[in-house]
Amino acid sequence: MSNHPDHIVPVRVYIFVFLALMVFTVLTVYAATIDLGRYNIVLALVIACIKASLVIMFFMHVYYSSKLTKAIVIAGLCTLMILFFFTLTDLATRGALQGTTDWVGVPGR
Amino acid sequence: MASHSVTLRHHFENAEQQKDASTIGMWMFLVTEIMFFGGLFMAYIAYRGAYPEAFAAGSEKLNIVYGTINTLVLICSSLTMAMAVHSAAVGKKKMIVLFLILTLILGGVFLGIKAVEYHDKYVGHEIPGVNFHPEIDGHPNVAVQNVSLYFALYFGMTGLHAMHMIVGVGMISFLIFKASRGAYTAEWHTPVELFGLYWHFVDIVWIFLFPLLYLIDLHQGR
Repeated sequence: MSNHPDHIVPVRVYIFVFLALMVFTVLTVYAATIDLGRYNIVLALVIACIKASLVIMFFMHVYYSSKLTKAIVIAGLCTLMILFFFTLTDLATRGALQGTTDWVGVPGR
Repeated sequence: MASHSVTLRHHFENAEQQKDASTIGMWMFLVTEIMFFGGLFMAYIAYRGAYPEAFAAGSEKLNIVYGTINTLVLICSSLTMAMAVHSAAVGKKKMIVLFLILTLILGGVFLGIKAVEYHDKYVGHEIPGVNFHPEIDGHPNVAVQNVSLYFALYFGMTGLHAMHMIVGVGMISFLIFKASRGAYTAEWHTPVELFGLYWHFVDIVWIFLFPLLYLIDLHQGR
């Protein structure tokens, strides 16, 4: 194995990540039944982000990958955040011009 | 490293460089996929922000049990896919085929449950179009065309996700065929590994679709 280019991830890592994903799925369904008001969305998305991070880091081997691969993944996610951030700053603040908190900028509204 | 000469293309220095190039190429593709789905997620966020009551009324029509089972099925399929890649990396050729078949079956189960869900939507007149009249009597202040927006996004997003699953099922069948002929060794199993990345990516999309479409309005009661 010494001349092998791969980093072989131990099976126990996969099993642990799998169990964590299962637990988080049950947790997110359970959390959705409790009324936390506006924080239901926050909690659901935090759990989803943790689950996605586990999949990306260990199932997709990014944790063990080269710096170039890591840079590409981070650049991709940052590009997505640019899309979300600038669209949301527009949608969330445009109503203020008309004295409302509604998202008036959405087509059809 | 003798076996590398069989599969090492002449324009690469060594097997490691060849594999890095393939991995980076796959990630570049997946990054474009992130933006592809990202646009739909952005549309969902924008319209949910504008019509939260209508989205709650639409979300209420989904079956949480089907959604939860599908999430668990997809996580299991991600584990079997990861195990297929692991089996390839340690050179257990029969185990590659076994785990790929398990992944294929779980992918099929997911699509089957999805088909049942779509049928329920069809029966309930919840597919946007001429016969769109869902039961939203519990929400007197909600305009039906805004609920239609929720369902258009529901079918757009889960439909695109299901299409990726179908493409994945096609590719995995090819991989099973090749793996059963012993094509993938510990030295060279790049297709299995790169398909694994694709499959896990599809799982990640569902990890976000599930709470956004099924769960976040559940606390308001139904």
